[in-house]
Order: sequence, then structure tokens, then C-alpha cells
Amino acid sequence: MPVALLEMAGITKSFGPVLANDNVSLTLYPGDILGLLGENGAGKTTLMNVLFGVYTADAGEIRINGERVRIRNSADALRHGIGMVHQHFHLVPCHTVLENLMVGRKGRGGRLNKKTVLESLERIKERFGLFVEPAALVGDLTIGEQQRLEIIKALIRGARVLILDEPTSTLTPQETEGLFEALRAMSDEGMGVIFISHKLQEVRAITNKVVIMRRGRVTATLDEVENVSRHKLAELMCGHEITPPVREPVTPGEVLLAFKNVGTGGTARSRLKGITFELRAGEILGIAGVSGNGQKELSDIISGMAMPEAGNLEIKGRVVDRISPRYVQRLGVGRIPEDRMEIGLITALPLKDNMVLPRIHEPRFSRKGILKPRAILDFTVQQMKVFDIRAPGPEVRTGTLSGGNLQKALLARELAWDPLVLLADQPTRGLDVAAARFVHQNFLELRRKGRAVILISEDLEELFTLSDRIAVMYEGRINGMMPISEATVQKVGLLMAGMEAAA
Amino acid sequence: MITFRMEPREHTPVWLNALLPLLAVLATLVICSGLIKMAGASVFSAYAILFKSALSSKFNLVETAVKATPLILTGLAVVVAFRAKFWNIGAEGQLLAGAMAAAYLGALKGMPGWSLIPLMILGGAIAGAIWAVIPAVLKTRYKVDDVVTTLLLNFVIDYGMMALLNGPWKDPLSGYPDSPDILPAAEFPILLKATRLHLGVVIAVVATLLIWFLARRTTLGFSITAVGENPKASRYAGMSVAKVIFLAAAISGGLAGLAGVGEVGGLHFQVMAGISPGYGYTGIVIAMLARLNPLGVIPAAVFFAVIITGAEAMSRATGVPVFLADVIQGTALVTMLIALLFNQYRIRFKKVSHA
Repeated sequence: MPVALLEMAGITKSFGPVLANDNVSLTLYPGDILGLLGENGAGKTTLMNVLFGVYTADAGEIRINGERVRIRNSADALRHGIGMVHQHFHLVPCHTVLENLMVGRKGRGGRLNKKTVLESLERIKERFGLFVEPAALVGDLTIGEQQRLEIIKALIRGARVLILDEPTSTLTPQETEGLFEALRAMSDEGMGVIFISHKLQEVRAITNKVVIMRRGRVTATLDEVENVSRHKLAELMCGHEITPPVREPVTPGEVLLAFKNVGTGGTARSRLKGITFELRAGEILGIAGVSGNGQKELSDIISGMAMPEAGNLEIKGRVVDRISPRYVQRLGVGRIPEDRMEIGLITALPLKDNMVLPRIHEPRFSRKGILKPRAILDFTVQQMKVFDIRAPGPEVRTGTLSGGNLQKALLARELAWDPLVLLADQPTRGLDVAAARFVHQNFLELRRKGRAVILISEDLEELFTLSDRIAVMYEGRINGMMPISEATVQKVGLLMAGMEAAA
Repeated sequence: MITFRMEPREHTPVWLNALLPLLAVLATLVICSGLIKMAGASVFSAYAILFKSALSSKFNLVETAVKATPLILTGLAVVVAFRAKFWNIGAEGQLLAGAMAAAYLGALKGMPGWSLIPLMILGGAIAGAIWAVIPAVLKTRYKVDDVVTTLLLNFVIDYGMMALLNGPWKDPLSGYPDSPDILPAAEFPILLKATRLHLGVVIAVVATLLIWFLARRTTLGFSITAVGENPKASRYAGMSVAKVIFLAAAISGGLAGLAGVGEVGGLHFQVMAGISPGYGYTGIVIAMLARLNPLGVIPAAVFFAVIITGAEAMSRATGVPVFLADVIQGTALVTMLIALLFNQYRIRFKKVSHA
């Protein structure tokens, strides 16, 4: 047996009474692509933070090439050949690719050495087929290119073990395939990869072994995954069986929301150009597309954060002439924003405050500017029960809730007012299977009640399960719209990449 | 070898929240004891004299309360502003604006006597509010940094006041830079015979309760906290961030203005150079010590009032310079900021064995 590239043995880490990692072990041999699976709060992030020196483990040890090491910070990790690509990139957008690659690297005599960096960039291109034009500004790169740059950055710094946190959530299917080819090349060279993901299909496609975590412990280590069904993997993650949601047939009703030739400002790629569509009662409209192609601009208009520069937004046949967050809410738009931690909720406030945040002036919660604390509390407790929000109580600081519970809280808040139209922007990003399922069921329930949902998502599987129609956005336009019966992953993927719809 | 590192806390225990300000005060006193030692006095007796002189007799207690009055109001002013993350460093200037308005209105002839005190209170609050609203509008409309504008407006009004005192308001007899005295009917009533306990003390306490109510029980207080914690999410929820910051600034400036009104109406009956020995700046320290909790402002302000009034007696008895009071104030800010760090982080010690 060869020496393991990386061994984490018996890692235990607790936060107060919570055992985030309980005797977790994993081993990565040269050539391994290891899938790390688990629900949110299962302890994956804690484990990786221990590996990167963000936290110190209470017990357990880390061995690299058979030798015990101590990692106190990310610089230590890099020195030991461990590189990580986070979900959120750490790049300087106003600098060039080359400059970003040189950040934090000292050349001989303190001088930065452009030539060596360019040479290593060339070598990485030959070895793994990964390349980004060094003179390009990072701000101009697509998300896929930025991710490639992050991987190159880790490789140039000498990473032998590469950790990817949810790497495919922002890629087109074709880009994902390109990433997988590079990962296979790394594996062939004897490097190791840890692949953190919720997408079971991809985990099965790319990894050769899987470690599944649940509640801080390793519940299964599988040395081969191809013959393990997705249902089995999901079950191992959640501890119970997950059945796919059922979409009953619903006849679309009246038009609830319409875009009429809407245009906005923004970057050349993202600003909307002549967006026109209708959303009918009892319909879920899926919006696919690589992020940065106008989805944010679209959701900003529906959620009242921006005015269109051209064209109209109509709700129930009426032109919305003064768009503001308060006004669109009054017209019956419910909103689940992309960034629940920064935009949707105020994490520093108690849960009960967030539950009434947009509705604080409703007579139910205040009268003549004086709050009704009792009503706010009762409402929160009731919604916590209905939506199964797991929190110590209504007074808990919202930021301490897990991702799934945060999203349930947002749903509980928005659905309490029975919206006509629900805008859901990446509603299940970062959620585990069970929480995502819960969100989906709520969308289908709205659909059944004759409401409408606009679902903006980068998760094609989600779009295909829920949508009645799929619209694909590319460079601020709707590059194609089709009923779900005519949609295929291949077709949507090509439209996402800007190909013309085949007539 | 033992090393330590900071780790983020998942939860902050309740007792810690109450304990931290006390620990900060204790640490301040310990740190400053070095200076007392250097001044050649006994640490213990110096502190004993300091606290005893401020808290011992009825007279001294009243003096401490009178001293605490402007501090409570400037402390509250900073609490309201900082809760909205409107960095009002300008309570000092807003206090002067309130004081000048009170001195002007209190000397108005031809007004019914009963109307003077309400007029001073209202006018002083409005003057302070205007002086605070200017930087708020600059911030929300033109994104001008509020720390800079609120701070610099202090100097603008300070020099403006000096120009006034050396010009139109100069005392014609003595030639001192003192404004004309307010009318006797404008002087704040004294609440306790033969002391200086004036109406301003009541105003400060009532203001504290009102601000507590505002912060905890009103939609405006709710919005101020929300905007302070996350303006983007507040806007998304449908609040007008600019309006909320404007109102927070107006309330903040109004409170600081009231501090100035109290000094004029209750103590000095005129405006003169040095009417505020930095009450506005001390208000910042008090607000931090109170952890932006309105009810915490009273104990924090009283603590500083004790230090300021006690420092003189201590100086007389032990020869330690009165400037120790300033050092204690500054040190308290630093220790409190450090204490707040422990609110969010914990220290973990770890034994390290080198292989």
C-alpha cells in the first residue's frame, strides 16, 4: 500500500455542548478523488476548517505523507501542499489574472518573478488543460474561469491535495465536464482531491470513494460509488429515505406577473435586454443560466430593488409604475433572495425580529408606531412550529441557525402572507437533501393553490423537477423558453452557453 | 510550551454580557494605578479618596448627579446614533448648538415667563438635531463619511461660538467672552433646597426611559437597529434607510442639544468658553461602556461623573494631578473595546509539544 497523501485520524472538535466532529477519520491516497457528503451541519465545514487551521481540534491528528503535522493557519496548510477552492472566490477583481497569481508570493530577493509564474502557468496548462489568459482582468472573467483561476492558484503554490467546496454549483453542465477532466488529470498524476458536494449525481460521476458524514460522525466510507444508487447515498446522508416530490397536473390560470420588453443597466453581460414573459397562476417558471447573465437584475426588479430603464413590470394586469420593496410586497410578491444571510435576514438580530422584518408596520405587529411584542412572539412561535424551524427559541440570534433553518425561516415569513407570486432565487443552494425537499414541497403547494413561482436556480436537477416551463438566460436575454416536456439537459446547457435555440 | 489562539464564540453567555463592563472598569483602575504610583501616592488611599469624596455626603452625591446629567444625555445621543451605525462623533458640537439656542431663547425679553423653559428645551433640542442632521444627509445622499463630518462640525460650531462670544455676545462690562445671562424665569427650578440639583437631572432620567422605550418597543427603534445591523437587508425588507438614519441622527442630536440646555438652564445661566469640557466625547465612551443599551447609560455616566468629581478631591489630598480623570476615561474606552472582543471570541490555551 502506498503512503497516504493525507490522513485525518480521530478528529474531534466541540463547540460548547455541540460535538461538530466526533472521531472523524479519512484517508486520501495518491490518485484518490474523495467525495465528502453530508447534510448541512453534518460537520464537513468544521472538518475542513480544522484541516486549514481555522480551528484547533480537541483531539486527533493530521498526517501528511505519513508524517504528523500541525496546521495553525492556511499558510501552514499550503506549505504542506493542501490547497482549497472555496465556494466564494478570494480574488481581486480589478487586477489581472497574472497579478492575482502573484499575490502573496515572494520572488527571489523579495521581487516578484513574473517569468516563473508565467512558466508555471504554461506547465499547468500542459499537464491538466487548465488555462486562463494571464493579461485578462479577473472582473471580466466568467464564474467558471474564476474558479479555474482559483484552482490554478492552488496548483502554482504547490498543492498536492486539492479541496473543492461545492465546485459545480455555478457551472454549466459543459463547464462541469471540463472541470472533471482536469480533476481526472490530477488524479492520474497521483494528486489527491476532496470533492465536497450535495449533487449526488456528480459525486458518483467523478469520485472513486465517498465519506458520508451525519451529525459530526462518519456514517459510511464507501470505496466504490458507481454501483451505489443515488437513493442509497441520500439515505446514508439523511438517515432516512427521501422520495422525490410529485408534481400534480395543474391548468395554468390568469396572468399574475408579466415582463414587457424590460431593459436595465448593469454590465454588458448582465443588463437586461428586452425581457418579455408571462407567468400564470398555478405555474412554476424556472430560470436557468450561468450566474451573472441577468438573473440578479431580473430578481431585483421583481423584488422591488430596482426600476427597469425600459419596458414594464405588470402584476395582475396592472403596470407597476413605482417599484419599491414595500410596494411589490403589498401587491402580493413574496421573495426568497439569493443571499439569505446578507439580504434576506439580519443575522445579528433575534429570530423573532427577522420573522416580522418586512411586516413590522402591519396592524398585527404594531399600532401607531408601538410594537406588539406579544403578537410578534406568538407569530414567531407559531411559524417555527408550522415550518419546523429548529432553533432554541424565538429570541435566538438568527445567525446561529443552520442554512436549512434560515431558509425555512425565510419561507415561513414570506408564505405567512399568502403571496400571489413567489420569487425564489437559488432557494436550495447549500441546503441538504431533506431541507431542499421541504422547500420544494412548499413551492408545489403554492402551485397547487393557484399561485405562481419564479424559480431562479443554478441547479438544473431542481429546475427540471419543479418547473412547468424553463427559460434560459444568456447575456441579459431570454435565450430560449420551453415547456418542461421539451427540455433536456443538453438543450438547456447549450442555451446557457449562448448557442442559438435550434429551430 | 503553551500557546493560545482566538476562536469565534458560538454563543455568548448572559452573565458574560453583564460581567464584561465591570471587568473593563476594574482593569482600567488597575492599569491607572501605575500612574498614581508614579505620582508618588498610595494607590489604595487615592482611589478611596476619589470614590469617597464623590459618594459620601448629600452635597457630593448631588454634585455627582449634576455632573452625570450632561453625560447621560450625550451618552444616550451616541447610543441612538451608534445603534443605527451613524457614527456620530459630534455630540460635543450638538451640545454647544443646544447650549447656544438655550442661552439665546432664555434671554428673550417680551415672552411670558412660563414659556421660557419649554422654549429653551424645545429650541435646544432642535438646534442639536439640526447640527446632527447635516452630516446624516451628507452621508445618505452623497456618501460623505459621517465620522469625518460629525467630528469636524464640532470645530466649526466651537469656533463659531467663540466668534460670537468675542463679538456680539461679549460681556460689555467685564469684556469676558460670556454671553448675557438668561432671565431669572428661564432658570431651571432647583429640586433640592440649597443644592444644585436642577430640572436637567429629571430630564436626563426621563430621556433615558423614553429612549429605552424607543429602542425596545417602537417600530422606529426596531428600524434603527435593523438599519444599523444591515442596511441592505433593511432596504430589501422595505425600510427607507435614509429616512431611518435621518431620524436617528435627529434624535441623537436632539439629546446632545438637551445636554447643552441643561448646562445653561441649570448651572451656568449663560454660554461661556469651555462650557463643555468634552462631554460629547465622553458620551462616546459612556455609550460603549453601556454596550449601546439605553439603561446602561445611567450607571456608565455616573461612574464617569464620580471619576471627574472625585479626581479633584483626590488631587488635593494626594497631589496626583486631576488629569488622571482623563486618563481613566481613555483607558476605560480601550478596556471596554477589548472586553467587547471577548464577547465574540474566546481564548483557547493549548499545550504544544514539539516533536
